Order: sequence, then structure tokens, then C-alpha cells
Amino acid sequence: MTATSLTYFAIAAAQGAFKNVTVSERTAQAFADGSWILAIVYIVVALGGLAALVTLSGLVLIYVERKLAAHFQCRLGPMRVGWHGIFQTVADAVKLLLKEDVIPEKADKAMHLLAPFLSMMATVMVLGVLPYSPILQITDINIGVLFVTAVSGFGVMGILLGGWSSNNKWSMVGAMRAGAQIISYEISATLALLVVVLFSGSLSLAEIVQSQDAGWWIWRANGVGFVSFIIFVIAVTAEINRTPFDIPEGESELAAGFHTEYSGLRFSFFFLAEFINMFVVSGMTATLFLGGWMPFHIGAWAGFNGFMDLIPPVLWFTGKTSVVIFLIMWFRWTFPRLRVDQLMYLEWKVLLPIGFVNLFAAAVVVLYNLYPFPILVP
Amino acid sequence: MNAVFYIAAAVAAVSTIMVVSRSNAVYSLLYLIVSLLSVALIFFVLGAPFIAALEVIIYAGAIMVLFVFTIMMLNLGPQTAEQERKWLSGRAWAGPSILVAILMAEMLYVLWGGDHQVEGRHIVEPKEVSVALYGPYVMIVELSSMLLLGGLVAAYHLGRRVHGDGKEQQP
Repeated sequence: MTATSLTYFAIAAAQGAFKNVTVSERTAQAFADGSWILAIVYIVVALGGLAALVTLSGLVLIYVERKLAAHFQCRLGPMRVGWHGIFQTVADAVKLLLKEDVIPEKADKAMHLLAPFLSMMATVMVLGVLPYSPILQITDINIGVLFVTAVSGFGVMGILLGGWSSNNKWSMVGAMRAGAQIISYEISATLALLVVVLFSGSLSLAEIVQSQDAGWWIWRANGVGFVSFIIFVIAVTAEINRTPFDIPEGESELAAGFHTEYSGLRFSFFFLAEFINMFVVSGMTATLFLGGWMPFHIGAWAGFNGFMDLIPPVLWFTGKTSVVIFLIMWFRWTFPRLRVDQLMYLEWKVLLPIGFVNLFAAAVVVLYNLYPFPILVP
Repeated sequence: MNAVFYIAAAVAAVSTIMVVSRSNAVYSLLYLIVSLLSVALIFFVLGAPFIAALEVIIYAGAIMVLFVFTIMMLNLGPQTAEQERKWLSGRAWAGPSILVAILMAEMLYVLWGGDHQVEGRHIVEPKEVSVALYGPYVMIVELSSMLLLGGLVAAYHLGRRVHGDGKEQQP
């Protein structure tokens, strides 16, 4: 037995041989054992961890976005606050917190106050079911994929309410556009996601990751996986209202879209929700198509695989998510904004038919065990 | 879990009453969403998480968003709310309230173990429904789907705008 395979077994043993243990299971176990303090500590750690994840990833993503945008445009970006401007986002966040919270006089007050929280809530709830690593997942529900679809579909309510309650034409038009766009592109995203569900045979996110032990679905699903990966990335980019699909807040025509009338803390909620959404959909893409926290393996090449297993699963997840995030940011600074009719054309006449045909092809592949392309992994 | 069920049921009942009694259409719809979410919670407590998720996705997520979308687009102002308020007079309440009270009394009677053995009573399981739908009645299912498709095509035809020169307007 070589040294590398020994390390592999040591790590596999340490991780419980990739067996998932979620935080909620630990909490239930602690309750069952009668140690209330441990259970409460688990709950507090889970909540604190989520809060830290939201804050940190928000700060980091906003900084990265500004830096990337600058370098795509041959600028330097923020350079003054801290080393290469790393504290620029913190400074901006403090400025936003200190700003006056303006509510328009003719606005629907209660709804105007509620909308940013609805938007934020829908985003944060998804973070609870994403598997970050075999031992790091808040809870794994057996209908995880459905849950994510349900909750993220609910997030559009925050945007619609925010736009309507502001009592402003631009906000209203922005909210209408956002609503139409999100519920249209949700169909394509769901069709693409169903392909992975077909191949893995489970709706639980942890089990979907486990099913990619022998290879990630993006290539192991023989073509249909790759097509649905592309459809999914396009559809979720539209769902989180990012360029080239950012017509809900098209600055040149709508002031700022649905959040025109928001300021200070409430504006920052919408803004943060948008960036956390980017993290969420990238995490979902990584989980569904790129193997989640699964290390990269090549066939039965034990040496290489053992080396890859040395990298902790949480780093794999972060790395894959970062790649997808970079892809989405790259879109933003490469493609011009679509018109409304182009947007609808793309969804209903291009993506939707391709999605249906792809789903049908995937069903045929799964049913008849057809594998037209050579499989990399046995 | 009983407490969860009762609280969810109470929220569902209260929010459904609010749906009917609000004069602002957007508020009614928001209460309807709360009602649907609490029904989803009831399904979850009863041990059907899949149905609960579908309830949230289909009703709260898709259909209600479309309703809210349409109502917001119509942008009914304060005048409509005033009109609605006038419609909800005491006399308009009376008739439906009496009928609902009768139903309520019947339901309470059945719940409290009254004699609900109607002649030849037989509980129909979902499986039986499915077998019947896709067995002897498969033709009717297919025909009703054709009817729905026909309705869709007719709606498209009615909604289509044609210019004076007979050319169809591109959307």
C-alpha cells in the first residue's frame, strides 16, 4: 500500500468516509443525549455561521466585482482605503448604515419596510441547505432541490412589493420587468436542474453531491449535462437580474429600477441580497453540475486522486463556486444589456425548447442506458 | 407537533378572512399568500413535505406572483379601494355568513364524532383516483387536456392585435 493511498484512507476515515452529518442532525443527537447546552451551542454556531457567511461573502463579492470590473476596463479600481483598497467595501457599508432612511410620503409604508426583508429572507434560507462540505451543512432535506426552487421563486415577491409600494413609475416598471423576467427564466432553470435530478435519482442536495463520486454530472451525463449546465448558468444569471439581463434596473431608462426610492440600510439590503444571490446560484451550479465538495478525480489513477483528496472538501466547494462567480462577473463586463423583447425571445423561443429537448434526451439516455460519448470515469 | 398544526390552521383561517375583507386588492393577495404558506405548513406537519413544497412552488411562487403582477399592473388606486369598501356593506355580508355558519356547524358536528356514516360510505384513496383516471377514464383526461389547449389557442386568438392592413402585429 503506497503512502498516498494511506493518506487517502486516513482522510476518508476522518471525514467518516464522506458520510454526510448535518448540523441539524448533530443538534438532534445532542438533544437526544440530553446535553441541552451542546444543542444550543450548535444552533448558535449555525446561525452565527450563516450571518458571518452573508456578511463576509457580501463584502468580498462586492470588492471582487469592483476590482474585476476595473481590470476588465483597464482601470485600477479602488486603491485608497487599505492595501489595494480592500477596505473600500467596509467604508461604503459604514456610509450606507449612517445614511438617512427615507420613506416616500405617498408610499405604502408597511410594504415599503417589509420588501427588503422578504428579498433578503428568500436568499438566506437557501444558504441553509447548500452542502458546503460533508460535515458542513445546516440541514439536508429530502426535497432540497424543490426547496431551493420554491424559496428562490418567493424572492421575487420582495422585488415586486418594493417596486409597487414605492409609488413611483420607475420602481413600478422595474418591478414588473423583474417579475416577468424571473418567473420566465425560472422555467429554464428548473428544466436544466431536472436533468441532474434524473441522473442522480434524488432531490436531496447532499445525495446529489454523493452521486457525483464517480464523476461530475457536467461531463458524466454525456452531453445533456453540459447543455443543461449552460442553460442553467444563463437562466440563473437572468434570475438574479445581472447584466446582460439587468433590465429591471436599467440605469439609462429607469433611474435605478425597483429600488429607486430606497436609501440607506434598506437599499443595502436589496444590494446585499443581489450579491448573496450570486453566491447562492453559483453554489447551486457547483453542487448540481460540478460535484459540490467532491474532489476532482481521474478514473482509477490512485496517485492523482489521493493527492486531490488532500485538499479539504470545503475548499473544493469554495473554489468551484468562485469559478462560477467569476464566469457570471465576466458576463457582466462582456455583454451589452438586452432589450425586453430580446430577453423574452431568448427565454421562450430559444432556451425553453432547448431545455425541453434536452430533458427528453436525458430521459432517453437514463432509460435506455445510452452513452454515446465515452465516459472519462468508470 | 399538534401546537404547530393548530397555530398554522389559525393563521390560515385568519388570513383567509383577511383576504375577503381587505378592500385593497394587493393586500388581499398578500394575505392569500400567507394563507397558502400556512396550508403548506399544515401539509408539512401532516407528513407530506413534498406536497408542501409543491404548494409553495406552484401556488405561492408561481400563480400568486402572476396574480400580484397583474393586480400591480392594473395599479388600482384609492378610488377602487373606496368602491370596494362600499361593496362590503353589512347586507352583503349577511347571506354568505349565514350559509357559511350552517356549513361550519355541520363540520363541527362531524369533527366531534357525530354520526357521519352516510349509506355506502367508502374512503377513496389517491391511488384509486389515479388508477381510475388513467384506467377507464383515460379518454376523458385526454379530452379535457385538448379542451384546455383549445382554450389556450382561443385566448391567444382573442388577445392577438391585427393592424388595419391585416398584418399581425409583432409583439
